[in-house]
Amino acid sequence: MMFIRHDTSMCVMGSENYGDLLLEIMGKYTNIVALDADLVSAAGARKAWKTFPKRFFNVGIAESNMMGVAAGLSMTGYIPYVHSFAAFATRRAYDQIYLSCAYAKNNVKIFASDGGFNIGINGGTHTSYEDMGMMRLLPDLIVSEPCDTTQMRWAMNEIYSQYGVHYTRVFRRPVRDIYKSGSNFMFGKGNVIKNGNDATIIACGSMVYEAILASDYLAEKGIQVCVIDMFTLKPIDSELINEIASRCKIIITAENHNVIGGLGSAVAEVLAESGFGTILRRVGNKDRFGQVGSVEFLQKEYAMMSEDIVKLIQSLINK
Amino acid sequence: MVNLKMRDLTVFAADIRKQLLIELRNFGFGHLGGSMSIVELLAVLYGSELKHNPKEPNWSERDFLILSKGHAGPAWYAALALEGYFPIEELLTLNKPYTNLPSHPDRLKTIGVDMTSGSLGQGPSVAAGLCEGFKLQNKDNYVYVVVGDGELNEGQPWEAFQYIASRNLNHCIVFIDENKKQLDGTTDEIVKSFDFVNKMRAFGFNSFRVDGKHTQTILEGIRKAKGFSQKPTCIVLETIKGQGVKHFEDIVLNHVVRFNNDDVKATDEALVELDSIIYGGKE
Repeated sequence: MMFIRHDTSMCVMGSENYGDLLLEIMGKYTNIVALDADLVSAAGARKAWKTFPKRFFNVGIAESNMMGVAAGLSMTGYIPYVHSFAAFATRRAYDQIYLSCAYAKNNVKIFASDGGFNIGINGGTHTSYEDMGMMRLLPDLIVSEPCDTTQMRWAMNEIYSQYGVHYTRVFRRPVRDIYKSGSNFMFGKGNVIKNGNDATIIACGSMVYEAILASDYLAEKGIQVCVIDMFTLKPIDSELINEIASRCKIIITAENHNVIGGLGSAVAEVLAESGFGTILRRVGNKDRFGQVGSVEFLQKEYAMMSEDIVKLIQSLINK
Repeated sequence: MVNLKMRDLTVFAADIRKQLLIELRNFGFGHLGGSMSIVELLAVLYGSELKHNPKEPNWSERDFLILSKGHAGPAWYAALALEGYFPIEELLTLNKPYTNLPSHPDRLKTIGVDMTSGSLGQGPSVAAGLCEGFKLQNKDNYVYVVVGDGELNEGQPWEAFQYIASRNLNHCIVFIDENKKQLDGTTDEIVKSFDFVNKMRAFGFNSFRVDGKHTQTILEGIRKAKGFSQKPTCIVLETIKGQGVKHFEDIVLNHVVRFNNDDVKATDEALVELDSIIYGGKE
């Protein structure tokens, strides 16, 4: 099926990344300390490092140690903003996040870039399609994946004022704007981006843009699709999911992650207990390891394009 | 109640060991070997070198102790109780439901415990973070971290040691409790430790070995460590797993002891001996 990608006026490319926003927020709050494991340049955070050298700790290639150092800094009253690639921020440091950070109730903020297909040509070794699932299993964590710079900026500011461990996927390359600058959000509350009653796409992160494209395309075909940005995976907005399930028969989840453990699982858990009998289908990585390739290639290879969402909805409606 | 006056550390160690034995015997089993081997160290820290205040456990000027080898928690609890952080009787709640004294230390439960530990190898990293924080605040709090020789099978402490030395966090003092045993056998049988003193030197620490069975030698070691301003220090403590009671030292696998009749009898005899040290024959 031919499906033409189209830019809308609301989805132009942004220009800022995690490193830019880190510089901004470290200038705003003097008790933020930044930690990185030799990926400062990759994160676009060199300027923040050079501007605030005393509050910036590049611990070297040692993610487990980094989480413990962050826990210690938190115990002296600082608020650590810790960055690595999603694969390393989680897999290399799971027990440290568990014990030194979460179980000990320290105030550590983890920012993970290059989740899922965004890792691009670093390939399967560096790919994380499991990070959100791993983090979702830890009690009390706030797990989220912003979809654009505006939401990422809001999250980085909001997280500052909330005590506890936050796991947030971030972008190190500019992404398309979804929201108007200055928009406000709430952790644990999904955003209705578009209304529609024929089907609902619940998406997060990079897949929100794909969901909008799919919805726009289907609207031209006379199918009205609701789009939800469920940027908080934990706590999941079960109220909104139940409200949608009560009036819409088809729900599609769309995530840049394994369909096991992430958004698809979180929504399925709510729906299974809801009793509405809603049809649920999950778009995302179908339990495969990553591989090398461009972001575009990977997105297509793992069937995480707007086309894949469109096909799925059409097949369900035509039944 | 900063330690203005040094108490008799030998007597204090005997008292910690006594309470530890009562605590473990009461529950019936527990991590005896590695708890006994740090008793003298705890006596020197709480009796002399650690800046702390039981009446104000969160005093901002206090030194921090991280018991990275968290299984020695019962020994730490005995020292904390004797220092007045909580009543001695509370030691009898060890590991019972809803206790404040779980097998491995929990900073959210036990007054006087600053950091949670148990899954091995995580303490030195947290110590590094504390030192970085104090350095940023221009504060001179010391951070003491106790690791076991078996614990150093883990990789994370070595990441942390390299980092601590690289950043010259010289208010960090690392103790390696070299009791030469781990859960499944001797460290030689499981994974050889090689020479910790040289290893730590190679990692950028001042490093030396002291007799960890006597409070005086430990005290001298810590004072020597505080004299170094250029590097962090590692003190390798030569200890015995089960230290201080021959019967327990002689049990080959003494990481966990389940008290049988012989163990109970040996404990009773040890308590009499310890009381004679504590009360100096006055009782």
